[in-house]
Amino acid sequence: MKSFTYEKAQSPAEAAAAAARIPGARFIAGGTNLLDLMKLEVETPAHLIDVNGLALDRLEPLSDGGLRVGALVRNTDLAADARVRRDYPVLARALLAGASGQLRNKATTAGNLLQRTRCAYFYDTNQPCNKRVPGSGCSALEGLSRPLALIGVSRACIASHPSDMAVAMRLLDAGVETVKADGSRRLIPIADFHRLPGDTPQHESALAPGELVTAVSLPPPLGGKHYYRKVRDRASYAFALVSVAAILQPDGSGRVALGGVAPRPWRLESAEAALPLGARAVTEQLLAGATPTQQNAFKIPLVQRTLSAVLAEAQG
Amino acid sequence: MKFDQPAQTNPIDQLKVVGRATDRVDGPLKTTGTAPYAYEQYQAAANPAYGYVVGAAIAKGRITAMDADEARHAPGVLAVITAGNAGKLGKGSHNTAALLGGPEIQHYHQAIALVVAETLEQARAAAQLLRVDYARSPGAYDLAAVRDTATEPAEAMPDSRVGDFDGAYARAPVKLDASYSTPDQAHAMMEPHATLAAWEGDKLTVWTANQMIAWARSDLAETLGLPEDKLRVVSPYIGGGFGGKLFLRADVVLAALGARAIGRPVKVALSRPLMFNNTTHRPATLQRIRLGAEADGRLTAIAHESWSGDLPGGGPELAVQQTRLLYAGANRLTALRLAVLDLPEGNAMRAPGEAPGLMALEMAMDEMAEKLGLDPVAFRILNDTQVDPEKPERPFSQRRLADCLRSGAERFGWHARRSPGSRREGNWLIGLGVAAAFRNNLVMKSGARVRLDRHGMLTVETDMTDIGTGSYTVIAQTAAEMLGLPLDKVAVRLGDSDFPVSAGSGGQWGANSATAGVYAACVRLRERVAERAGIPPAEASFADGQVRGGGGRGMTLAQAAAEGELVAEDSMEFGDLDQRYQQSTFGAHFVEVAVDYATAETRVRRMLAVCAAGRILNPKSARSQVIGAMTMGVGAALMEALHIDKRQGFFVNHDLAGYEVPVHADIPAQEVIFLDETDPMSSPMKAKGVGELGICGVGAAVANAIHNATGMRVRDYPITLDKLLPGMPERAELG
Repeated sequence: MKSFTYEKAQSPAEAAAAAARIPGARFIAGGTNLLDLMKLEVETPAHLIDVNGLALDRLEPLSDGGLRVGALVRNTDLAADARVRRDYPVLARALLAGASGQLRNKATTAGNLLQRTRCAYFYDTNQPCNKRVPGSGCSALEGLSRPLALIGVSRACIASHPSDMAVAMRLLDAGVETVKADGSRRLIPIADFHRLPGDTPQHESALAPGELVTAVSLPPPLGGKHYYRKVRDRASYAFALVSVAAILQPDGSGRVALGGVAPRPWRLESAEAALPLGARAVTEQLLAGATPTQQNAFKIPLVQRTLSAVLAEAQG
Repeated sequence: MKFDQPAQTNPIDQLKVVGRATDRVDGPLKTTGTAPYAYEQYQAAANPAYGYVVGAAIAKGRITAMDADEARHAPGVLAVITAGNAGKLGKGSHNTAALLGGPEIQHYHQAIALVVAETLEQARAAAQLLRVDYARSPGAYDLAAVRDTATEPAEAMPDSRVGDFDGAYARAPVKLDASYSTPDQAHAMMEPHATLAAWEGDKLTVWTANQMIAWARSDLAETLGLPEDKLRVVSPYIGGGFGGKLFLRADVVLAALGARAIGRPVKVALSRPLMFNNTTHRPATLQRIRLGAEADGRLTAIAHESWSGDLPGGGPELAVQQTRLLYAGANRLTALRLAVLDLPEGNAMRAPGEAPGLMALEMAMDEMAEKLGLDPVAFRILNDTQVDPEKPERPFSQRRLADCLRSGAERFGWHARRSPGSRREGNWLIGLGVAAAFRNNLVMKSGARVRLDRHGMLTVETDMTDIGTGSYTVIAQTAAEMLGLPLDKVAVRLGDSDFPVSAGSGGQWGANSATAGVYAACVRLRERVAERAGIPPAEASFADGQVRGGGGRGMTLAQAAAEGELVAEDSMEFGDLDQRYQQSTFGAHFVEVAVDYATAETRVRRMLAVCAAGRILNPKSARSQVIGAMTMGVGAALMEALHIDKRQGFFVNHDLAGYEVPVHADIPAQEVIFLDETDPMSSPMKAKGVGELGICGVGAAVANAIHNATGMRVRDYPITLDKLLPGMPERAELG
């Protein structure tokens, strides 16, 4: 871990301004991901801006019937909130499928959205990794790729996004509220929030330099049956090989998003029209153009089978 | 004391303390966080500096240049130790690769430097400033690719041939020829290797985490070029070992070098990412098994061959050793082949040999039973033997495998097992599996010293270690039984090279051998106490804190020691009873799994182990050993694997997020039954080991249950869902 300077932010706008002004600055909230990466010097921020005191830890009803989730609401609190459990059960289930009780107590809503890939090569500073050192190459393409992504990837990077919560947020069409360095605010649709790697896998989100997430707003409840099915090698405390988030309506319509298969939560609204045709049709559209490695090609039938089981449960 | 005749009735047979389920005497220290592990030896040496180990970034080659200037001038840095300034180092007899590499690099994350600083954070930060240039050499990293270059490791275990395997196999009406693989596995114990080193003049003390104190001391002496009597190794508490702490490792050597360089104590713990490539691991195996049987199920031909790899000078995984002893059959062939691999050093991990060997053999037995149309329990009992199948004149000292299988089947409800792929509950396919457990009982010379003070307090001193197994407790029980004392009148001090050399903790020999050594020392002490009491030793009895002789003469043990502490020391040496009798431990594992119909995720639902392992010294800690081993066996069956990058030559998933071991949610109800057994050939304790028996066969029992659930046979461990998916039934109705 490199030495760094540290400040406690006084307001979201000041935090954003400071982050844009100071080279190598990073925000820190729960630190459940950033501190690990700093110890390994995968991340080497020169300056940390602690946003924990910014009073962004509230859940507030929105006038349209939705719910605003403060950026600092801890994963444990979000999963336990009665409104979330009642109106957005897919979100509560996704949260509880992730990490451990101790980590969820620290991890925040914004931090969860912005957590970085668990690709083993990203974590080993001896190894080439375009995300860590742009231009150094991708070790995973011909290395250990079993846990990694197969769609939305590039020759530069096949890292998968590790979040469960973000998959539910994408399914719900959440909006990410931010404040920029100049004090202006904007709402980024979750669909546009995470970037695909292309030739620049080091750029992972739509956030501008210094821009701070202040809240995630959930649209009015959608009704229907909610599912979050996470498939993994052990029963708990593991990242998803594949996860399927779904909201299914009595008329057979619905929404589907996937985790574990792409560099971001993976949803194609166009594929959802095929829901009445069944899991195979939806999967074919969702994963059309996928470029799996030999090691992770199993994820394609796994997505289809998992979705199939979810659809069967919804019907049953 | 020499043990060369079968044990007669002795004070241990009273079973007033021994044999009773007893809480661990070190439990309160562990649960209150006051047991000082190596890195927490705050009282041992004042003002330590902190060392951070730097691992090589390549698997094989040479360091062509190293620039440590920036690191040396970083804040707080006191020294940077490298092969260039460490002086000449030897290599311990138990080490394959050098513990401080450079300029030659033998494996990935081989230590190449120790950065010593005032704080851990300063040392860690400065470690990143080391600039190292390498010249890579091509290496071999893929066992399958170098399989044909493997040779017979004649020293470790030569090929064994009995009868005419080829002829018998050719003639057998029912045959199996199948290949299996097991991956490289990590010990993944909670406490990393850690050492605090302090010099006093030319004397060095290391507080470390090590299973075998005497090995650590002699290998440290060899490495540093010092006489053993200048070295003290202290390891009272150890946070898990599983074989990973059998040997001297880089933390000890580098802490010693660092402390010498700065003239101040130095602490070193391996960082978690170094734990997988810097240390030892269980080597991967490729195995081929051929079985031939008569139509009635009697085996006539058994062949087991296993290939593994290691660094030059290393050894093979002894994956065929149980096959020489487990089942009857007149015509036999077992063979090991060892290839050179440039991966990190392979070595012992819990039940080395048997653990991966039985994963293959016991799956093959399941497959053969199916071919024969026999129940797998009945098939194993049919081929049971009471003598060494290679040397029929040599009986087993005790062998109750059939009892384990029969009683386990009854207890587990084995009769409810149906044909493969035919039992379904909702989304789950349900299956039952069985496997035999087998692990040899090894005995090792073990010494102890006992002291009786004027308060009637008995203190046991031995360099035996407790790696979480319960050594403190069984040793206290043994001493209490021998002297007729309650447990709270016995103190046990372990893990110090100033104490008599013991068997140490390895190969499940620790409990039986070390308590036998304590027995020997207690026999001597009883004589001293009797003398003080004026009682002929042969007439003395010890109970309720008193020694008594004929005619009511006697005194309390406190009175016996009133004029001065009574001290006795002895060791137990073992004769040839383990040559005359094959000593082994046996068990049967029963497992019920559920496999998700859609995702092929396997979840274990029930487990039962029935063990026959001699006298169980402490049923509570023995059960803990077995359920821990069963848990490790589930890991081996379902998830544990070090993934090799075959281009760069290293284990890629080198942290506990990437190397998955079972979590609580993976482990269901576990039941353990110990058959009532004493083995007079093993020692005066009549005990044997259980710590490794518990893992033996578990992986195959899980695999066999998966086959029973799904109808699929996966022969490449671990059985992850991607290997099952292609054979899972379609959900046609949902498309």
